[in-house]
Amino acid sequence: MSAVAARYDVVVIGAGHNGLVCAAQLARAGRRTLVLEARARVGGAAVTREFAPGFRASTGAHLLYGLPASLDAELGLAGHGLRSAAERLPTTSLLPDGTIADVDPGPAAIEGAARAAFDRRIARFAGYLAELHARVPPRLGTPDWSDRFELLRAGFGLRRLGRRDMRELLRIGAMNAYDLLDETFESPPLKGALAFDAVLGTNFGPRSPGSVFTWLHRLAGLGAGGGRGLWCPQGGVGALSAALESAARAAGATVRTGAPVARILVEADRATGVELDDGERIEAAVVVSGADPKTTLLRLLGARHLDAGFVRTVRHLRNTGLAAKLHLALDRAPQIVGVDPARLRGRLVIAPSMDYVERAFDHSKYGEWSTAPALEITLPSLADPSLAPGGAHVLSATVQYAPYTVAGGWELERPRLMEALLDALERHAPGLRRSVVAAQLLVPPDIEREYGIAGGHWHHLELALDQFHLLRPTPGARGHATPVPGLYLCGAGCHPGGGVTGLAGRNAAQFILRQSE
Amino acid sequence: MIETASSGTAAPHYRQPLLGTPFHARSRALAQVDQYVAWSGYSTVDVYTTVEQEYFAIRNAATVYDITPMTKYRIAGRDAVAYLDRLVTRDVARLRTGRLGYCLWCNDDGELVDDGTLFRLGESEFRLCAAMRQIDWLEASAIGFDVSIEEVTERIAALSLQGPVSCAILKAAGLGEVATLPPFAIGRYDLDGIELTISRSGFTGDLGYEIWMDPSAAEAVWDRLFDVGRSRGLRAIGSRALDLARIEAGYLSPWIDFVPAEHAIRVGRARSPLELGLERFVDFDKGHFTGRRALLEERRRGPRSCLVGLDVEGNKPARAALLYADARCRREIGAVTSAVWSPTCKRNIAIARVDAPFSALGTSLWAEIYLNRELVWERRITRARVVERTFFAPERRRATPPADF
Repeated sequence: MSAVAARYDVVVIGAGHNGLVCAAQLARAGRRTLVLEARARVGGAAVTREFAPGFRASTGAHLLYGLPASLDAELGLAGHGLRSAAERLPTTSLLPDGTIADVDPGPAAIEGAARAAFDRRIARFAGYLAELHARVPPRLGTPDWSDRFELLRAGFGLRRLGRRDMRELLRIGAMNAYDLLDETFESPPLKGALAFDAVLGTNFGPRSPGSVFTWLHRLAGLGAGGGRGLWCPQGGVGALSAALESAARAAGATVRTGAPVARILVEADRATGVELDDGERIEAAVVVSGADPKTTLLRLLGARHLDAGFVRTVRHLRNTGLAAKLHLALDRAPQIVGVDPARLRGRLVIAPSMDYVERAFDHSKYGEWSTAPALEITLPSLADPSLAPGGAHVLSATVQYAPYTVAGGWELERPRLMEALLDALERHAPGLRRSVVAAQLLVPPDIEREYGIAGGHWHHLELALDQFHLLRPTPGARGHATPVPGLYLCGAGCHPGGGVTGLAGRNAAQFILRQSE
Repeated sequence: MIETASSGTAAPHYRQPLLGTPFHARSRALAQVDQYVAWSGYSTVDVYTTVEQEYFAIRNAATVYDITPMTKYRIAGRDAVAYLDRLVTRDVARLRTGRLGYCLWCNDDGELVDDGTLFRLGESEFRLCAAMRQIDWLEASAIGFDVSIEEVTERIAALSLQGPVSCAILKAAGLGEVATLPPFAIGRYDLDGIELTISRSGFTGDLGYEIWMDPSAAEAVWDRLFDVGRSRGLRAIGSRALDLARIEAGYLSPWIDFVPAEHAIRVGRARSPLELGLERFVDFDKGHFTGRRALLEERRRGPRSCLVGLDVEGNKPARAALLYADARCRREIGAVTSAVWSPTCKRNIAIARVDAPFSALGTSLWAEIYLNRELVWERRITRARVVERTFFAPERRRATPPADF
């Protein structure tokens, strides 16, 4: 119990990238805004950290693809130190026979003509989705004219695709990536790499219904990114968070780190502020949480302020992650068979066929990891030497699939998975094992603990048609509002989900400003 | 032969879908017309002799009614008070230990899930008695609370002893201290080594008690009550007679006067406490409870319909009658849910749902009553007036100690 501190218009819980974007936008609109971050540094899962002495890696997201160019411009992030280290990174598929496949589009693309036609059409669909991403979803069945307008707008956007494309989008929208790619392409490596992108960071395999949607979701982000493609900032993904923090501060927001929120204060059925772990109370007219919905609603707010049916719905939201992160400190640059230096700076995937990815997924359904994992590998220190000591390098890989709960428990299984991953890498990079100085493997429970994301899912809540748009975070949710007046959500658990887009934060800020008009 | 819940003999359950209560052997001996009814998995008596005979015993002497099948939950734990305060609409923190209260619980939309009585047996130990099983809703409500919920229906046998001489019978049975028990209080007593919990509560609107015991003591307690009660007019009653009494008292019955929200399939069929005329049991100032925000919104907007009492002209019960604003039946405004000729009030009474604009006391309506007279249907358009829903509320139900009759 300590004295009541200064009163703010808005207190934002969590300085993840969405929290920072939301705070920056609210501060720009003149709100006295305070951001509270539990950890010592801002960024949440968009962070670059030292994982071994002298070696730094982006230990959450390691590539950017979905940051809208418009947001970058709005906040003037270049002016806050955001520089790109590498853009339009190529994707190279590593094949079991030691060869590689260039799976990028372009004049030299595999199955060039079919690819170009397919990409054109898919880009239109992704463009439609990107429009949905940038707006707060409406509610169904309300007399509110703005809800009706948004609904009409969404319907009109769909209609504008034209009859043929609209029909095609409706056909493939809930389809699985495996069947769609199989009816479009021949090349197993091409299909494998595209299917891998479709399921990256989700609880899906290529054959899971809805995996076309998750792919479109990713492509929508890429399309809004202003032509940067896959990219990485100078200094790692954490540099984005640093720029966002700087933008928020410049707009007038206060950012406090090492200030974990213990609970959200409620008086007379209205959020009135927060209480920190050390008992400090901070009053605010509006509380915005960038934490995931389960953490926000069930832990920080508490079931007693919510209706029982709603709590049951929140508890049943699917939120366990299925992707792990591997970080290796290497004493020299890795040699990967068949990959030239330019491609080595890009993205390497081990997903030689759709069946390979599906088999890796199969194990996860039964609480196992696969000895033949699908991987997304980057070597960020090649383009950004600041990440490792001279001559040494960093390997950062996303590992699919690592279930939240494994038979045997992660204490036992983590070293075994590490060994399997080193074996898989060694097949393509002979000698890599000997060059490993230090290694870190973050499985979903580690991600949960490191970043405070219940379930350790990239998107906070599973990204799936039943947890998207009108249905995210819960069916009938009123935009970013919660049932408790004055409490809002701004994290990836809201529409449009995660992927370091900042859109959830930006939409939340717009929603809150509109509410207080 | 019907199995009793506690007998534990090995007949497979599917051969005997309905259980007998621990009082079954005793009630069987008195059930002259062999009319039984299924109630929450138990076979219970609907009519022992005639409905009229049983009804008049409720109002003029005393009756026992076997309430063992009533669903009973034990709710205990560190957060029991907080849990119940979030579950039900009344202020549980203000319910003292050793007291019970009528309470309602709603879903998120403020629609009534069920009603029942909540017994506070200890600082953080409660018993919730309800018409229906609903462990699913109770457990969903427990997410985030340190509380244990256990169904104890089969572990507790219960008899409802109701009527003006009910206290006199308990005194004659050797339970004289019961006389000091005020309404809605709970006491623990010893009857020749049998532990009894007795609460001053019931479903008849009259003086009465509910007696809670271990199933093994059921027959001994029944016998003792009848040994001393027979000369005072004590009778066993079935569900039909009780239904007459509860309508006179203005109490609601699930499935008859409202559809429990979790069972309603059609949109708009579930009812809120405001629509059921139960707003006085909703405490908006105690803090959050499930449905509070929806109910506040409904209160602001005004409920769509109201469940009211009706005084119907004539003596033909307006069972299931449609209600109209005009005698020519052009504007339908509601329907009767429960109706009976009240022998005690000498009035033709009904409980009815009417559209909100017609719910004010004194409003005059028209009921379309159908009568089957030796297989010939007759239609009567009868005037009815909106009145207080409590038709029968004698002073003796509150008097402590109760008068001897």
